[in-house]
Amino acid sequence: MKIVKIDKKTWAAGIEKLTASYRLFGPVKEGDFHNFKELGSGEAPDLDCLNTRLSAKAIIYPQSENMFEYSLDESREDHHILKEVDTDYSPRAVIGIRPCDAKAFELVGLNFDTSEYKDPYWIKAREATTLIGLACSSPGSNCFCTTAGCGPFHEDGLDALVVDTGDHFLAKILTEKGEQLFAAAGWKQEAKAAGKQIEALKQEAEAKIASSVNTDNLSALDTTQLYNASFWEDVSFSCINCGTCTFVCPTCWCFDIQDETHGNSGVRMRNWDSCMYPLFTLHGTGHNPRGTKLHRVRQRFMHKLKYYVDKYDAGIQCVGCGRCVRSCPVNIDIRRVCELMNSFDSEKDTCAA
Amino acid sequence: MQNPYLPYPVRIDDITIETEDKNLKTFRFVFLNPEDENKFDYQAGQFAELSVTGKGEIPIGIASSPTEKGFVMFTVNKVGLVSSHLHAMQAGDIMGIRGPLGNWYPWEQLEGKNVVIIGGGFAFTTLRSSIIYMLDPANRSRFKDIHVIYGARSPGMLLYWDELSQWEKRDDINMHITVDGTDDPNWKYNTGFVPTITEQKAPPADKDTYAIICGPPIMIKFTQPVLDKLGYSHDKIIMSLENRMKCGIGMCGRCNIGEQFVCKDGPVFTLEQLNQTPKEY
Ligand SMILES: Cc1cc2nc3c(=O)[nH]c(=O)nc-3n(C[C@H](O)[C@H](O)[C@H](O)COP(=O)(O)OP(=O)(O)OC[C@H]3O[C@@H](n4cnc5c(N)ncnc54)[C@H](O)[C@@H]3O)c2cc1C
Ligand code: SF4
Ligand code: SF4
Ligand code: FES
Repeated sequence: MKIVKIDKKTWAAGIEKLTASYRLFGPVKEGDFHNFKELGSGEAPDLDCLNTRLSAKAIIYPQSENMFEYSLDESREDHHILKEVDTDYSPRAVIGIRPCDAKAFELVGLNFDTSEYKDPYWIKAREATTLIGLACSSPGSNCFCTTAGCGPFHEDGLDALVVDTGDHFLAKILTEKGEQLFAAAGWKQEAKAAGKQIEALKQEAEAKIASSVNTDNLSALDTTQLYNASFWEDVSFSCINCGTCTFVCPTCWCFDIQDETHGNSGVRMRNWDSCMYPLFTLHGTGHNPRGTKLHRVRQRFMHKLKYYVDKYDAGIQCVGCGRCVRSCPVNIDIRRVCELMNSFDSEKDTCAA
Repeated sequence: MQNPYLPYPVRIDDITIETEDKNLKTFRFVFLNPEDENKFDYQAGQFAELSVTGKGEIPIGIASSPTEKGFVMFTVNKVGLVSSHLHAMQAGDIMGIRGPLGNWYPWEQLEGKNVVIIGGGFAFTTLRSSIIYMLDPANRSRFKDIHVIYGARSPGMLLYWDELSQWEKRDDINMHITVDGTDDPNWKYNTGFVPTITEQKAPPADKDTYAIICGPPIMIKFTQPVLDKLGYSHDKIIMSLENRMKCGIGMCGRCNIGEQFVCKDGPVFTLEQLNQTPKEY
């Protein structure tokens, strides 16, 4: 694996060069918060951003995305027949994505890219995207990535990992895509001996992660006993089902499909949806299998910390970015729920049915 | 890359009103591109997404049998947005079908076995498909005795009446049609709820007998104890579930019961499987 040294003075020029062959995305400050945005010419990613309020998922999986278009005009040969829309899948690159958001794409990919069905929208966008990560040297206080299968210097999902050493950047080139991007930017000064320095910075950063979860017992637990645990009442009590936790989360992928018609033509589109909303599961008959907020809160945590774990054997469906913890208006904390689940003992559970 | 969300274009070939309240209609579709019919290669028990352009999609069980060629058929209850628009459409109109989706009744496992079909209300659609499939001359010898217990509120609410009365006359299928009640003095079949008729008519449990149940939750709730009483083990009770769906391919995240998706891993489950999953259906 190649390590490249980037002089900070050449950074902006390299980014500018990339615009010739990539659509660039990066964190920028909007109001009080940072978010990912497509960068205009001369605009640079803000590398001082600790992390964005929303995750990077929308770059590959937009909040609202057209799938098909149609015409209802009966004078047209193809009326009422759905046709695929033209979507721009030209190369794009995200500069300054945090390792947790990159790893999240790996977890989400298990849902969208399966042996039976392939979601062409997600897969084509993912393939078109090069992810240049920025290692976290000073992680946030709610970050618990190191015990959530990730870490401040984690490499899964990334094409290159950039480390800020203070006076310059060191970049580990991890894939062919990363190689191509670095060539296009003109960053090519190899720093063969810098591996040790990166390793030291990595350990320093990992040691700063103060928060953690235990997940070792989750897969051994019985699903129905855990489902019937008495703590769900307490866990869900203050939730207002606002859905914020699922929208800010890089590993939440649920969506809705809707037709939107204007005059005689329209689109079939998909939009982010949330298991926190009653409509998500409401039957046409009025029956709702997840009719109470207890059902819905339990679904979110059971999905992330039990169903996903059992289904894929790839750890929990959470990278420990801490966004849901920071954004929840009533302070529901996945770390606490994870602890309740992981330490659940059906024998000792007082009111389990 | 094949797009699993893209429906095959179809034309409505024929529409039949099935029930006296006119709330159920059977739609026959013909594929606009004949080669799509081959691609839509289904088994009895599967479903499809009916796509009404401009309104959306609804998951509906396939009521035709794979042994019937040249068309596919669905029976739709008028409920909300999409089903109401479908009810207002005419023969000749163009729409879409996406599928086939989900798993099917375990036909290989049922080979050489007695099959007891228990259906209620309008959930008889994939059961019709199954009966036509089993009665097909090429298939009938693969199965032992076939029993059908099918009930509706009143005679006018039974689906596929012409076929039901023909099956009544055959000696290779035991029909037990029932209605909750009727004031028709000439009604010559059973009167009573499905669980009661099941208790009276279903064959006793044995290792070669499987029950397939499809119906409203209330019917299932009261039929299951009857089957328990008759001694049916839970791995021999097969059920088809319904949950709200969108994608139909296990991706949109809404139809799960535990780690299983009703759309992709189901809709057909044995009661034994369901006993091990959260009851979110
Ligand atoms: C596997 C399966 C097989 C089915 N087979 C039949 C059948 O053969 N005949 C029949 O009449 N009905 C069947 N249903 C139920 C049918 O799908 C719903 O009645 C229908 O989706 C209601 O849609 P709507 O737009 O008219 O109602 P609305 O209440 O306006 O629903 C809006 C949307 O919600 C979703 N939705 C609502 N209710 C359901 C539901 N019960 N199941 C799934 N999605 C729902 C659909 O995406 C629908 O477009 C089946 C459902 C499933 C899951
Ligand atoms: S952010 Fe908090 S209050 Fe809102 S749905 Fe999530 S857990 Fe509930
Ligand atoms: S569940 Fe919370 S902490 Fe975990 S990845 Fe999602 S937003 Fe981040
Ligand atoms: S309908 Fe989308 S996951 Fe089942």
